Amino acid sequence: MTTEVGSEPEVKKEPEKSSEEAQAEQQQQLAEQPAEPSESEPSAAAEPQPTPTDSTKPDNTDQQENAEAEPSSPPPSSGQKKEKGISRFLPPWLKRQKSHSQVEPKESSSPTDTPNQTLTEKQEEEEKEEEEAEAAEEQVGKAPEEAEKRQEEAGPKEEGEAVSPVVEQPAETKEVKAEVKEEVKAEEVQAENNSVGSVETQPAKEEKEGTSAEKKGEKGGEEVQESSVLSPLKLGKKMKIVVCHVTLLDGTQFPCEVEKRAKGQYLFFKVCEHLNLLEKDYFGLSFKDNADQRCWLDPTKEIKRQIRNSQWQFAFNVKFYPPDPSQLTEDITRYLLCLQLRQDVSSGRLPCSFVTHALLGSYTLQAELGDYDPEEQRLDSIADFQFAPSQTKELEEKVVELHKSHRGMTPAQADVQFLENAKKLSMYGVDLHHAKDSEGVDIMLGVCANGLLIYKDRLRINRFAWPKILKISYKRSNFYIKIRPGEAEQFESTVGFKLPNHRAAKRVWKVCVEHHTFFRLTNPEQPTKSKFLTLGSKFRYSGRTQAQTRQASTLIDRPAPYFERTSSKRISRSLDGAPVISVSDHGHMLDSARTPGSGENGHDPALELSSDSKSPQVEEEAEPGKGAVAGAVPAELPFETGTDGADSSETKSAEDKLNSEINGQPEVIEVVEETVVIEEVVKAAKPKSSAPEVSVTVASSATEEVPEVKEEEEKSASSDSESEEEAEFHPQSPSDSAHHIQEEPEEEQEQSQKAPPTNAEPQQDAEPETTDKVEAVVNQQKEEDEKTPGEETVVAPEDAPNGHHVQDGEEALTSLGAVAEEEEELEPCVVNGDASHAETERVPQVICCSEPPVVKTEMVTISDTFAAQKTEIATKEVPIVHTETKTITYEAAQLDGTGDGEPGVLMTAQTITSESLCTTTTTHITKTLKGGLSETRIEKRIVITGDSDIDHDQALAQAIKEAKEQHPDMSVTRVVVHKETELAEDDD
Amino acid sequence: MANVCPYGRFTHAIVRGIPESFGQRADGGESVSVDVAKAQRQFGVLTGALRQKVGLQLIEIPADPELPESWRIEDIAVIQGDTALITRPFKQQRRAEADAVRRVMNELNLTVVEMGVEEGGSGGATLEGSDVLFTGREFFVGISKHTNHRGAEVLADTFRDFAVSTVPVCGGCRLKNICSMGGPETIVFSNSEGAKKTQRMMEQLTDHHYDVLSVSEDVASNCVYVRGPAKVDYLLHPTADECPNSITAFQKLPDYTLLPTACSEASKLGGALSSFCLLINRKPNYS
Repeated sequence: MTTEVGSEPEVKKEPEKSSEEAQAEQQQQLAEQPAEPSESEPSAAAEPQPTPTDSTKPDNTDQQENAEAEPSSPPPSSGQKKEKGISRFLPPWLKRQKSHSQVEPKESSSPTDTPNQTLTEKQEEEEKEEEEAEAAEEQVGKAPEEAEKRQEEAGPKEEGEAVSPVVEQPAETKEVKAEVKEEVKAEEVQAENNSVGSVETQPAKEEKEGTSAEKKGEKGGEEVQESSVLSPLKLGKKMKIVVCHVTLLDGTQFPCEVEKRAKGQYLFFKVCEHLNLLEKDYFGLSFKDNADQRCWLDPTKEIKRQIRNSQWQFAFNVKFYPPDPSQLTEDITRYLLCLQLRQDVSSGRLPCSFVTHALLGSYTLQAELGDYDPEEQRLDSIADFQFAPSQTKELEEKVVELHKSHRGMTPAQADVQFLENAKKLSMYGVDLHHAKDSEGVDIMLGVCANGLLIYKDRLRINRFAWPKILKISYKRSNFYIKIRPGEAEQFESTVGFKLPNHRAAKRVWKVCVEHHTFFRLTNPEQPTKSKFLTLGSKFRYSGRTQAQTRQASTLIDRPAPYFERTSSKRISRSLDGAPVISVSDHGHMLDSARTPGSGENGHDPALELSSDSKSPQVEEEAEPGKGAVAGAVPAELPFETGTDGADSSETKSAEDKLNSEINGQPEVIEVVEETVVIEEVVKAAKPKSSAPEVSVTVASSATEEVPEVKEEEEKSASSDSESEEEAEFHPQSPSDSAHHIQEEPEEEQEQSQKAPPTNAEPQQDAEPETTDKVEAVVNQQKEEDEKTPGEETVVAPEDAPNGHHVQDGEEALTSLGAVAEEEEELEPCVVNGDASHAETERVPQVICCSEPPVVKTEMVTISDTFAAQKTEIATKEVPIVHTETKTITYEAAQLDGTGDGEPGVLMTAQTITSESLCTTTTTHITKTLKGGLSETRIEKRIVITGDSDIDHDQALAQAIKEAKEQHPDMSVTRVVVHKETELAEDDD
Repeated sequence: MANVCPYGRFTHAIVRGIPESFGQRADGGESVSVDVAKAQRQFGVLTGALRQKVGLQLIEIPADPELPESWRIEDIAVIQGDTALITRPFKQQRRAEADAVRRVMNELNLTVVEMGVEEGGSGGATLEGSDVLFTGREFFVGISKHTNHRGAEVLADTFRDFAVSTVPVCGGCRLKNICSMGGPETIVFSNSEGAKKTQRMMEQLTDHHYDVLSVSEDVASNCVYVRGPAKVDYLLHPTADECPNSITAFQKLPDYTLLPTACSEASKLGGALSSFCLLINRKPNYS
């Protein structure tokens, strides 16, 4: 669980880090520190949630509690919005909903929420919305950075969740961002996250989700912290410092203090900093697990959870052996690679012939000792060098003989020659794992840059290049690869291998995933869509690909750092003898270097997307056609698996995606771990969003049970290695993408939802503001009753020359302002603003009209109105005089209080927005899990805006008519007329 | 790694004369009727081409009537760089052929590795050089009735710098009967079904790219390629009489000096052009 969790936080963190690194480690520490507190809180938050899973209603209470907790939590990071921070006191879930709604508005540019909730809730929501709106505005203003972040986040999610998840995601993203800005205490943040998680949580998902939710919370908290590093952080809790011992490639020990909950990347960065290494993507930290097997430290996850009970002892190693070391930018990088290879050679891990041993040894001498000096170099001193596993006098003599021929060669040149020879060795960069084939014969699996090699003894008996591999998966102790059918073959075949145990299988799988991503996914121009990963473990390679790191390396512009070459055997000197100058440069360099790549995570958000693995989908999932690309993508990403304790919090908006694509990220690989299969996964039809600007945000929902911190930890720890029993990875190269795009629709959602929303597709027709809510929920519980089907509320829009705000007055205003400053208007009719509370939403409730603060706005809400008539009437009735803005809202009256009572778990939310000249259509697809039943609601909001010239009544009538025709099963629940009249004169 | 250079840079060729017992089986099996004199003439043409046209230094081991198959010297050793692996032929009776070869290797200062020694004389490893295709970058070992997996392992252990892949030999008795090197990056393959199967396997196993020259007769798939000192590409291949349909394929090779060389008598015994010689590069090149 932990392992997987890391992805999101990293994404966010890294970018910041990149920018910040120069600033100082301190900040990082700070950031990390905050994380701790978060964890504790999350657990608490998590607890309440679990109850929800059990029974829907309890959830509400819990959520509320959580929400309460929140207020304290996120103080506006930027400091701009502390007030809003207050608003945060409102229950998080409420906020979420609003956030969703707001989010939608933003994207759609015409957001209005019609909360089904009770007035109080509404108010709270309003406040929240305001906050959110502000946040949104801020975001808008801040556009670049945040947008990027969003994109990153969004990108993955979108991809991940193709279908259903809409609304929530956006909300989450915003929330997160907002939080970041505001700098919320980690704890608080977590609480929110938790709350969110609870909302989303599906009853079905139990412990795993719960854990995931918690983790999400934690992650979210961490993210926030890290992101907000600059801002003052509150170090709520004492952090425990642990000293890590890192064995460097030259054999020296590098002690490094880290906070106990620090993530792998923190330590890794510290080591790289110590080494003055910029091209660090080829390297990694490894540790020995309890079985004495070498494992790679996942930078995105907490160290503690990875090493478990092992010592805090690590080794700095080359993780990805560059096929062409001459393309490395810096000599120091090559030097470190040389050190690694010398180790590999002398240990026998990299077998080579006598002659090669001698040749490599001679270059080693040349690099470390300089030109051959008969006085100084005698065999006895050479014996200090380990050139081969079994070193003979003959070999040493040969080494010396060859050494003589290298006269005049600089150390750097000698290293280059060393690498040029080493790279040709057949086992260069091959990571071997013991296994058995299907017949029980002992073999070795070799993972390398080009693919997977199968050895029997020393003989290569098979080879599967990455392009030939369709899927990589493991289940228990079995490791599988699905092979693309050859030209003559019709069917793809799957090859299975038996590993010694589950952990070994997972280790091979992870290494494969990482190598595939690093080496195979290099085409920066490929849109993210092309890639898919499948489920199973959330694990993905979070770093840069080789292509990206190469690109980043081109930006390195520092004078070659000074470093001392020492034989690992003979000397224990640290490498950082770099002069001050270089150091300072180094800092800059780091920044520049990282930025391009956006840190390890930064650019590749897609890769890191968290997928929820909860659902059994992995294997069962059908692969949707390519056509669904856009849709499909979102489906997978959004969810994070609770099992892993993943960060569900990540929300990635479509925007992010777009951006990511723009950035040219190669492929998005999603790896999902399969954890537990809760229910059958139903794939929901994916709504096609014709609108170009489709922003899909998927919030990962995790059902949280009430795991306590300790439990969580344990679980997570266990989950890391063991909980994930299966995982699949579908490597797709850009070109290949077509093949398998597997979509795993929102796993969670799907699970819970048994009825896919068929009608769901939002139409982008220019329709007047009509919000149709379609309930595609198969299992409807109480909620059904609540609904008033067929009711149509029509709001006749008055002229809306100027921006209109709607509904909740203030909120709406703010949100609008933030979102669209267009003169036009958007009349936001948000029917269901909040998805989260699930059923309630279905039934539109009457919204109180509040006067917008600034502008004189009249809002009229009519409940139980009958559509057309009232519409018109309303329009007419609206007094134009002196009123700047008028909003009339008709809502179907329905509601039942019950709705409020049981908030379901929001599984997915999706928002699709399309705009035409004077019409904005926003479709929200929300999946909610309530009481074990899943419900999908599709809500379509059509906003007609225009000058007074427009015959709104007619337009509205037309729109309603069309909407009905298109969606016979949908009902018009609310009509809002918002009229703004410019009274410039009066006002003045 | 050391001693890596494009395939074809040879300086020496080791051959062994045709004994009067040519045509007999080393293991006493029924003999095939062949024209010994013709075989010797063909052998003369071959050695002449290698020495005078290609410009290799030729080392000829005298024929030994006691060893009827000793002319098939390719089977006895696998040489790469300055390491020579003395093989363990499938037929017990042929193992005596190694003595003379070993002496030559030592004279050439090659590092000699004994397959028999490696395995303590047993272990069941068998390997014949005609089942080994070295491409300059990697080895392919054909698993045939003459060569087994264990033998391939010994070879892999000997030449550790290189990938050693095993492939089934389909459609021929030896790997070199269906394919051979036709250039630094070119492999000549027969287009028989069995050969294609082997070819596909090799394509799957390799990390490198090779051009494939497909010929329509099995016999044509065994050629001897040498890149001469003057950077001329020489290709010894069977004559038009032996493979009328494949000559055009050879002629497609750009800027090659083609040396049609008959080996019809050896073919009757399952031999081929490459069977007659061991090619060695004694100019160490550490590139």
